[in-house]
Amino acid sequence: MIATAATYGYVGWLGLAASLVLVGIAVAISLWQHLDLERSLVWATARAIVQLLAVGAVLAVVLSPRVPLLVSWVWVAFMVVFAADTVRRRAPEVPGASRLALGSLTLACAVSLLVLFGLGIFPLDARTVVPLAGMVVGNSMTATVVAARRVVGELSDKRSEVEARLALGQSSRDASRPYVREALRTALISQIESTKAVGLVFLPGAMTGLILAGEKPVTAVLVQAAVMFLILGAVATTGAAMSLGLARRLFTPDHRLVRLARRTA
Amino acid sequence: MPYLRVVPQGAVFAFRDVSVSFDGVTVLDRVSFEVQERTVTVLTGPSGAGKTTLLRLCNRLEVPTGGTVRYRETDVATMDPLLLRRRVGMVFQRPTLFPGTLRSNFQVARPAEDAVYRTALDQVGLPAGWLDRGGDELSGGEAQRACLARTLLTEPDVLLMDEPTSSLDFAATRVLEELSCDLTASGLTLIWVSHDLEQVGRIADASVVLMGGRLVQGSLADSYLAGSVPEKGDAQ
Repeated sequence: MIATAATYGYVGWLGLAASLVLVGIAVAISLWQHLDLERSLVWATARAIVQLLAVGAVLAVVLSPRVPLLVSWVWVAFMVVFAADTVRRRAPEVPGASRLALGSLTLACAVSLLVLFGLGIFPLDARTVVPLAGMVVGNSMTATVVAARRVVGELSDKRSEVEARLALGQSSRDASRPYVREALRTALISQIESTKAVGLVFLPGAMTGLILAGEKPVTAVLVQAAVMFLILGAVATTGAAMSLGLARRLFTPDHRLVRLARRTA
Repeated sequence: MPYLRVVPQGAVFAFRDVSVSFDGVTVLDRVSFEVQERTVTVLTGPSGAGKTTLLRLCNRLEVPTGGTVRYRETDVATMDPLLLRRRVGMVFQRPTLFPGTLRSNFQVARPAEDAVYRTALDQVGLPAGWLDRGGDELSGGEAQRACLARTLLTEPDVLLMDEPTSSLDFAATRVLEELSCDLTASGLTLIWVSHDLEQVGRIADASVVLMGGRLVQGSLADSYLAGSVPEKGDAQ
């Protein structure tokens, strides 16, 4: 059998092909329930394989000991730019989303990686920089989208309340504070829930990967805990930067709320 | 609450050739008029005539694309908008109480002792003991009066009333009208948006009729106020 032929930490081409059986199950469910998602499932699967293979090929070069660390940082910069553009596409109603996301993600990367490497939690080399930055960017990107859409949604839906506050002489910063706070809470709450449920409800990716690769569970747990805290800090940083930056942008210098597009989804 | 001030009689607001456009659409077109001290000036006209936009220019929730708006002879564009808004208070079309109690609402307007808030409630005819009530426990008329009390806590010189009775029944409307108009005796100037011609007759010391973004005067304005111009009439 294919599964018994596998060794710890190694999934061969046959193993990969066998795992497509699970995609087949998803397609079958879609057909059975008339979800009309078969094409999307197949396209997503094909795209994931191609993207991961491409990334694997690039990482093989980047992580090579002969390649300078600077290349890893260039790779990180590429990830940040791509993530910022993804935020723009996923939150089209947010004005200036790309630029704000670029700033927020850069800040989150800088703060979290500085802590991780500055305190010596992980050694600074290509093998740690790229995956850890990937964790930061990937998770922060989702939080950025949630925070941005929520800020725009709150200020748009509660425009009359915000203007009532402005009309009482509150500054735009004070008038927007309750709504920005709510948006930031929403962006952080899912990450906090994930952190609370880790180990009990699900085994997260890094830990699972290490255990599958044959590492001792305790070692895997220590790495995973550090990664969870990294993500928590990064999500908080990027969510705060995005929310506060966006709130500033949605008001004019003379404390008027700009006209906002309604949420489309 | 102290509104009495020794001020010369004269124009509190002066609009000179004021125009406003949004996305290339003209909402107000070269409007000029003055609002006199301690009067109730009603801005009236058909829907979409630009009444609310004109009102919002007074506290810089909107800015003109042409012309000037002067408050006590100072161009509002040169004033600190936060100070201006505390001098020129506003009550909105729908009651906009913030989540929480009336006390927390009043604290947004002005941090003060409960005694000050009780006086504010009393001034608008609400029981002084309602400070711990939530905004969602109030009827529409009570909520609008609480909004008026909240605005009065900033000790404004001018009150902007943006169709504040449009969602109220007649009894609540009359209470708010009488409360508000009585404030002119204690020194306030009111600018009140209304498309209810009967209300205009009850409260207006002066009327400004807008149609299609333009100020109309003479026989057309008289005809509108007499109710003989169709609601969607445009400026001639």
